Amino acid sequence: MDWSVLLVKLSEGMLTSVEIFVLTLLFSLPLGLFVAFGRMSRNTIVKNVTKVYISILRGTPLILQLMLVYFGPYYIFGVRTPKGYRFLATIIGFVLNYAAYFAEIYRAGIESMPVGQYEAARVLGYNKTQTFIKIILPQVIKRILPPVTNEVITLIKDTSLAFVISVGEMFTAAKAIASAQRSTLPFVAAGIFYYVFNFIVAVAMEWLEKKFSYFQ
Amino acid sequence: MKYLEIKNLKKSFGELEVIKDISLDVEEGQVVAVIGPSGSGKSTLLRCATLLETMDSGELIYLGERAVTTGMDGRAVLAPPRQLRKIQNYYGLVFQNFNLFPHYSVIRNVTDALLTVQKRNREEALDIGRELLERMALSDKEDAYPYQLSGGQQQRVSIARALALNPKVLFFDEPTSALDPELIGEILKVIQDLAAEQMTMVIVTHEMSFARDVADHVIFIDGGIIVEEGPPEEVIGSPKNDRTKAFLNRFER
Ligand SMILES: Nc1ncnc2c1ncn2[C@@H]1O[C@H](COP(=O)(O)OP(=O)(O)OP(=O)(O)O)[C@@H](O)[C@H]1O
Ligand SMILES: [Mg+2]
Repeated sequence: MDWSVLLVKLSEGMLTSVEIFVLTLLFSLPLGLFVAFGRMSRNTIVKNVTKVYISILRGTPLILQLMLVYFGPYYIFGVRTPKGYRFLATIIGFVLNYAAYFAEIYRAGIESMPVGQYEAARVLGYNKTQTFIKIILPQVIKRILPPVTNEVITLIKDTSLAFVISVGEMFTAAKAIASAQRSTLPFVAAGIFYYVFNFIVAVAMEWLEKKFSYFQ
Repeated sequence: MKYLEIKNLKKSFGELEVIKDISLDVEEGQVVAVIGPSGSGKSTLLRCATLLETMDSGELIYLGERAVTTGMDGRAVLAPPRQLRKIQNYYGLVFQNFNLFPHYSVIRNVTDALLTVQKRNREEALDIGRELLERMALSDKEDAYPYQLSGGQQQRVSIARALALNPKVLFFDEPTSALDPELIGEILKVIQDLAAEQMTMVIVTHEMSFARDVADHVIFIDGGIIVEEGPPEEVIGSPKNDRTKAFLNRFER
């Protein structure tokens, strides 16, 4: 067993996993908010389109969605995808999928807000944007932090699904070393890496929840 | 001067005709108490007057400026947005369950609309906020959050929040109904002080002796209309209408 090779390869893979993780959150958290607005829209077309979107993305395996985003352009439309598309496809797949989950969390959070908060703001003269940004959103964020934490933790583990389109993230790296060196140790090592990653994120989320504990 | 005029207000929720026809004038400095059985439309009246609910037809006028008029087709028409924003400043509303902003400190609850809506500068807003909190005997709670306060304190913050914007007319919808009995007095006292300072107010209340003390004019609503109105000695002291009598009898004990 070559330890230095193992560590170097896994660390490289870990870097890719972290990239997928960060980029997915960066885009899916705000996109989810727009999807949530669509889902709550009074326009029935917008509402139903987003409903179907959410239903499909939550109702089919992410692994399948990743393959579709990666292979779809060529096999369905005959478009030759550029070299770097592998990674881009991963991010697109993850963002679309997680936005659907976040949208439902946002929606539940926004709909749980008592109507009195809107009415108080309205009588005080806040316009709709001010009401949402200043009064509703901070309270919604506090309410949805626990379910968002769940999704974020799940995302860490889900990054390993990128192996299906051969993106060199940590799991892909572990698998390669395992078969090259005929050992299961790389998998154990990868498990430890994932766990540490998870642990750091969990601590960060806990800190964030504490930051919102100044009100009830 | 007439601060508030409501003319022939009608409001239904689907089939349910909640307000059939109500007209009401409130003069500068006047205190009007609104009494009536549960479900008679008292809250709906206040919600129409504060534009939280759009009336079906009728007119709503603050200080001579029209917020709602009725068009040719008999439907209520809202004034243009610019005029509404101006009229918005003429009234405030104190809710039964306070509706404070839980994520804002007491002082922020009172000053935020000054900053966000009226675009005042920080010092000015703080001065106004601190002075109001002092009047509400809450100076030591400036940095507390709503959950740390008693119901009575929360209601005083919400009164301060409404007063901060310097409204011409202040509406109260059962301001003491969510409070423990021992806390009711402190809120009634605050409202009484405001009345002494000539604040124009419309108060929905179930506190009959308070209504009698504080109001210049009492209206008794039942079945979507004003059944009886007049000075408190008459409406509460010696009601003429049988429905008023029956309603008030329930408060005797
Ligand atoms: N948004 C609404 N949709 C449908 N019905 C409503 C709505 N708001 C009020 N109502 C109905 O209108 C009637 C009058 O309600 P309102 O709240 O104005 O009564 P109230 O006099 O304030 O009663 P209470 O003393 O219990 O507060 C009730 O029958 C109520 O169920
Ligand atoms: Mg009511």
